[in-house]
Amino acid sequence: MADAERRTIYEKSCCGRRAFSLPALDVAEVPLEELVPAGLRRAAPARLPEVSEVDLLRHFTELSTLNFGVETGSYPLGSCTMKYNPKVNEVACRLEGFAGLHPYQPEALAQGALELMYELELWLAEIAGLARTTLQPAAGAHGELTGLLIMRAYHEAQGRAPKCILIPDTAHGTNPASVVIAGYEPVAVPSDARGGVDLEALEALLDSDIAGLMLTNPNTLGLFDENITEIARLVHEAGGLLYYDGANSNAVLGISRPGDMGFDIVHFNPHKTFSTPHGGGGPGAGPIVVRDILEPFLPVPLVEKAENGRFFFEYDRPRSIGKMRTFAGNFGVLVRAYTYIRGLGPDGLRRVSEMAVLNANYMLEGIRDLFEVPFERRCMHEFVVSASPLKEHGVRALDVAKRMLDYGLHPPTTYFPQIVDEALMFEPTETESRDDLDTMIAALRAIVGEAETQPGMLREAPMTMPVRRLDEAEAARHPVLRQRYPEDEGDGA
Amino acid sequence: MADETYPQDLQYHKEHDWVRADGEDAVFGITWFAQDSLGEIVYVDLPEVGAEVTAGSSYGELESVKAVSDLVAPLAGEVVDVNALLQDEPQHVNDDCYGEGWLIRVRMSASGQLGELLDADAYKTFLDEA
Amino acid sequence: MLAAVGVAGVEDLFSEIPEQVRRREPLALPTAVSEAELLGELRRLAAADTPATSLVNFLGAGVYDHYVPAVVDAIVSRSEFATAYTPYQPERSQGVLQTIFEYQTAICELTGMDVSNASMYDAGTALAEASLLAGGQTRRGRIVLSAGVHPEYRQVLATETAGYGPRPQVVDLPEGAITDPQALAAAVDADTAAVVLQQPNFFGALEDLAAVAEVAHSAGALFVVVADPLSLGLLEAPGALGADIVVGEAQAFGNAMNFGGPGLGYMAVTRKLMRRIPGRLVGETVDAGGKRGFVLTLQTREQHIRRQKATSNICSNHALNALAALVHLSWLGKQGLPELAELCARKAAHLRARLLEVPGVDAFTAGPVFREFAVRLPGSAAELVEALVPQGFLAGVPAGRFAAEFDAGADLDGVLLIAVTEKRTRAEMDAFVGAVADHMTGAEVGRG
Repeated sequence: MADAERRTIYEKSCCGRRAFSLPALDVAEVPLEELVPAGLRRAAPARLPEVSEVDLLRHFTELSTLNFGVETGSYPLGSCTMKYNPKVNEVACRLEGFAGLHPYQPEALAQGALELMYELELWLAEIAGLARTTLQPAAGAHGELTGLLIMRAYHEAQGRAPKCILIPDTAHGTNPASVVIAGYEPVAVPSDARGGVDLEALEALLDSDIAGLMLTNPNTLGLFDENITEIARLVHEAGGLLYYDGANSNAVLGISRPGDMGFDIVHFNPHKTFSTPHGGGGPGAGPIVVRDILEPFLPVPLVEKAENGRFFFEYDRPRSIGKMRTFAGNFGVLVRAYTYIRGLGPDGLRRVSEMAVLNANYMLEGIRDLFEVPFERRCMHEFVVSASPLKEHGVRALDVAKRMLDYGLHPPTTYFPQIVDEALMFEPTETESRDDLDTMIAALRAIVGEAETQPGMLREAPMTMPVRRLDEAEAARHPVLRQRYPEDEGDGA
Repeated sequence: MADETYPQDLQYHKEHDWVRADGEDAVFGITWFAQDSLGEIVYVDLPEVGAEVTAGSSYGELESVKAVSDLVAPLAGEVVDVNALLQDEPQHVNDDCYGEGWLIRVRMSASGQLGELLDADAYKTFLDEA
Repeated sequence: MLAAVGVAGVEDLFSEIPEQVRRREPLALPTAVSEAELLGELRRLAAADTPATSLVNFLGAGVYDHYVPAVVDAIVSRSEFATAYTPYQPERSQGVLQTIFEYQTAICELTGMDVSNASMYDAGTALAEASLLAGGQTRRGRIVLSAGVHPEYRQVLATETAGYGPRPQVVDLPEGAITDPQALAAAVDADTAAVVLQQPNFFGALEDLAAVAEVAHSAGALFVVVADPLSLGLLEAPGALGADIVVGEAQAFGNAMNFGGPGLGYMAVTRKLMRRIPGRLVGETVDAGGKRGFVLTLQTREQHIRRQKATSNICSNHALNALAALVHLSWLGKQGLPELAELCARKAAHLRARLLEVPGVDAFTAGPVFREFAVRLPGSAAELVEALVPQGFLAGVPAGRFAAEFDAGADLDGVLLIAVTEKRTRAEMDAFVGAVADHMTGAEVGRG
């Protein structure tokens, strides 16, 4: 099977095969023309698969074996926090009392879910060190946009209309993109020699046209910005607000809270910090917590608790920015985050950060002689090294990453942040054991050795995966984005 | 990919476009250095015939798999021709950046603009210093 | 390990954090419990809910109670799918990549469009993205929507584009709840980037897509359709009727209602708009040995490359929900989807006919419908819904809760939106009609 050409489920379809069973029609079999006029009726059925249930299971089971999940092996993707996803979360979110809820069903019948949301809001506020939470945003980037729109509403309420948001040059791509979609102009702030925000440059940029600063701390280099309180003071003095991108929260749970650092808005990524599964790209969630001065602008609805103990959705919030998505949030994802936080408790969460930071430092010590370390500082939960020393052998960061696959490991993040040449960003997370870390270190040592002795092989790696390096240029030049059928060819599709 | 060259009969701009003068017209393309930095080009976004280009401003974009780069006009003028071959075969920009990989032809709006450009040696010096 | 790192204790790892921002007291959170106790707590909370699935449920309005076959969970709970990251390393992610390719294909087939992305958060944000796309493509500043587009989708559009993108303008629905193409035409001008219709619309009415496509295109605007994907088992594909962009909510395929999320937003466009579509795209290619493979492509549209030049900030998609939808659609298949759609339509027609026989119940939605329709009651729809819960019915969604998103003159207090899926039996529907009739009689007598 390994060498046979991979087929899609459409190519495996045949002749009326079926998997489905539907209830029998128990009402009048009204002719279709009476139900829907011919002009609106489908002329030809959609060419969906025709497979039996066995075919279906075999197809997707085989595809799953081509994948790499957290349970396949170590996954040190920097900035993604690929920690173990507890299975108890999966049981919790599938409980019928949660999964079977319709968003518009009477609130009296959803008191358990509302209580869960209410409590989770309180817990996230405690972890953030700020006043009020909304669970509404669907993803981190969505939380960023929500926070920026809240900033805009706040400034408007003050009678101001500043146009710019400051972002460090190490920021994740969603930051400047979210800024533009919020109607602001992103302005880059350079980093200093220690990898933190350059204070002098920051001061020079702060004027009345700055609405705020977006930061993550520790930053994408895995470094904690020790000047954070000074940064916060400077921005607030200029009339701006501080936004915390919570992607790196795994380093500081119970250790340092963004609200105490001076931030006004925080988003969390439950699919990073709070163990909800990545799902191959989603779904995630992007809850945000804000300082009390910003509470009036939060999106509707908020979960409230009445005096008699009843939970309800509050829609009557006249200064709210509105609605950021349908219904109240990615509830199914939030149940998993709730379960995780409840199971760990305050000591468990703190231990998560302690171990995450210890593991990253241990791994950095183990490989620092193999690469160039751009900043001589204690790293937090992740670190960045440069593969530029390997250039003399004609080997790049990309090649090292691809070769790690042959060693049964998932590669780290590559070429990010942009200020480090040939960057490799490692985040082992707290759920890797010492043995796992030693395995990764040994693999990297072997690969760097191969860079000297077999650079040609490295440039073609991986060698043992289901496919070799793919022609991405051709995929971009002549995109084929769906199954093609012979009968479609020639009509310019 | 061709070897690194900077033909003597062309003129160059600091944003890495080359210019070939042809009477009232000028043809633009990108230099060997630019295509090498971008990597394999997968898509070329060019203006339409009749569009105005302004010296120093963006007139289009080049995309490789992992990057996007603005095309910056070395001169001002009106677009009179666009290299349609690149729609389906953008790789010519990499393989033959001074020939088949030309981008647009403009009717220059003012004479004397050519005098502000660099010659091949000056451009090579500029690259070495950067 | 501490020795290897060169510190005496774990505390030293955080020495660079200034003391003034160090948290010394434990967080004020409930203390840890064992797994058994943890599950006990979650079960207690879930037991405090009466999920719609446990009642005779006629709730719709964008989220539907369809049967999700067992194969779906069997596949999406495989950890190789559930715990994998975004497939940026394609050599080791062919499973995710191929399933997204197959999902993209399914969406194209249903909608009749050329290109689908790898999914979005929900229909509201997908509509907002469609608006940004139309604005960028046409460089125009307004978007005209029928009030038949779901009020929450319209709210999200207005909120998300407050700082950027075309300004929305809503055109009211006439009596009968079917959009009047001429009323839309009157609102369209040279600054209109797109015209938006929902099919079926919020009140279940079937819209004349071809007529509105003409209105949009003759003004140089794009035509956006918010389409219920399950209805596309019976209704003509929007792509065949002139749509440039199709978006919607595909939760009905493979996904539980989950109290509103995570659902499955989708977007599909014509080939011409391919390089502007937001979100991830998977394309087919070959590897270094000529073997077929799949890869994320056209990434230069996305935020991680374009950053501030990106036309959208979307990063993640709803990959696992899309996989669930693909599995469900594969289980239904070419034959099963039209059968399911017809089944729902016939059941809805039956219930509608019987309800309209009850004295006092009037039609609100005119013309043919798919599986959802609205009726007008003499009294409060919300009151009826509440009164019928103890009898085991969730009668529908009272439209009055969305009054702020409709024409001020429209009195929606007595309007009830009712959805029928294949789960509803004739016996249940007939019993429901009886209960409604009893409630109406009781109201007349003044029982309230």
